[in-house]
Amino acid sequence: MRVPKPRGALSQWLGARLTGTGTAGTAPAADSPEDEAIALWTLHELSYRGFEDADDRAEWDPEVLHVRHGLEVALEDRLRQRWADAAPADLPAEVPAALAALVDADDGPSLATYVRREADRDQVLELLRQRSVYHLKESDPSAFVVPRLPVRAKAALMELQYDEYGDGDPNRLHAHLFARGLEAVGLRPEYGAYVDDAITENLEMNNAGSLFGLHRRLRGAAMGHLAAFEMTSSIPSRKMVQGLERLEMGGPMAAYYDEHVEADAIHEQLAAHDICGTLAEDEPDQAADILFGAWTCLDVEARFATAVLRSWGVSPQ
Amino acid sequence: MRDRDFDHPEVVLCKDGPMLLRGATSVQDADGTVHPVQRPVVALCRCEKSSRLPWCDGTHKVIPKA
Ligand code: FES
Ligand SMILES: [Fe+2]
Ligand SMILES: [Fe+2]
Repeated sequence: MRVPKPRGALSQWLGARLTGTGTAGTAPAADSPEDEAIALWTLHELSYRGFEDADDRAEWDPEVLHVRHGLEVALEDRLRQRWADAAPADLPAEVPAALAALVDADDGPSLATYVRREADRDQVLELLRQRSVYHLKESDPSAFVVPRLPVRAKAALMELQYDEYGDGDPNRLHAHLFARGLEAVGLRPEYGAYVDDAITENLEMNNAGSLFGLHRRLRGAAMGHLAAFEMTSSIPSRKMVQGLERLEMGGPMAAYYDEHVEADAIHEQLAAHDICGTLAEDEPDQAADILFGAWTCLDVEARFATAVLRSWGVSPQ
Repeated sequence: MRDRDFDHPEVVLCKDGPMLLRGATSVQDADGTVHPVQRPVVALCRCEKSSRLPWCDGTHKVIPKA
């Protein structure tokens, strides 16, 4: 993958800095939320697979890290403010029950419901291009958290991640199944292929996951985020299968979602109880962040779904 | 010293949810069909409403609780 196209002054500066083509000088302020989002996405990507045209040492370049820090502080403040404004007052004390209550209370619009009955082929292709930004690195943000967990949560996260990564079989690795699906519907399967098309809400959703995964301090939020993701996956995945089959887009892409109907029915139990539940018992100070991370996962998905549906002229409900 | 410091049962009954089963290599469903298992843990449907028995597909969550 190459450094994404700039979307404003900051991402322009960053691209030049990473590829060594820019003039020296300090980073300008971002022009827009979109500029900010693509800049932070790019900075995080340096810790995943990087860019063929960027210097790999940029990941730990103090000046680049300084920019990343500023963007991360702004993102975390924004996410925490949203949570503070929306947090229900009467959540159960036990973390697994509180997670279930947050998921039950989620009233964000469902893209999968729309795909199941109404979306046309072009809309589904557009959605898959957007989703590819995450699914081609599926589970990678949570993998950063493994060494930061106490014994029980660590073992449980590995039990879950082992399944995400194909149970030892590269053919069954979830990100690879998604790449095969993209190819089968005529889209590009390469890692990062559609980042330049990603809308701001999608970038923010991905940035939130990376922020949580990359900071040890935010391990609770990362695991809450994972739990909410898994707890809202089986039923929507089934709707995606039905929508893809309705549009005669079955085959490998439907197989990717089909795998998630079954896998995530397991993963949600592991994530809520064995990971988040034991983490909160072993490190009680993480309980609040587990819920913050879970709610944020639901909220950024709702914002993304709302933006996508509006762009299609559908009123989100 | 204890042999095992942590509970890690092979069978876990989830409240209002499936039965988790660890370490199985195959599962026979109610019709007698044997399903191979490739995962370290599977979730077996207990509500009987799953669209893919014997596996849980999350449908139990939309059934009103008794
Ligand atoms: S127990 Fe989950 S669908 Fe039946
Ligand atoms: Fe997955
Ligand atoms: Fe999963």
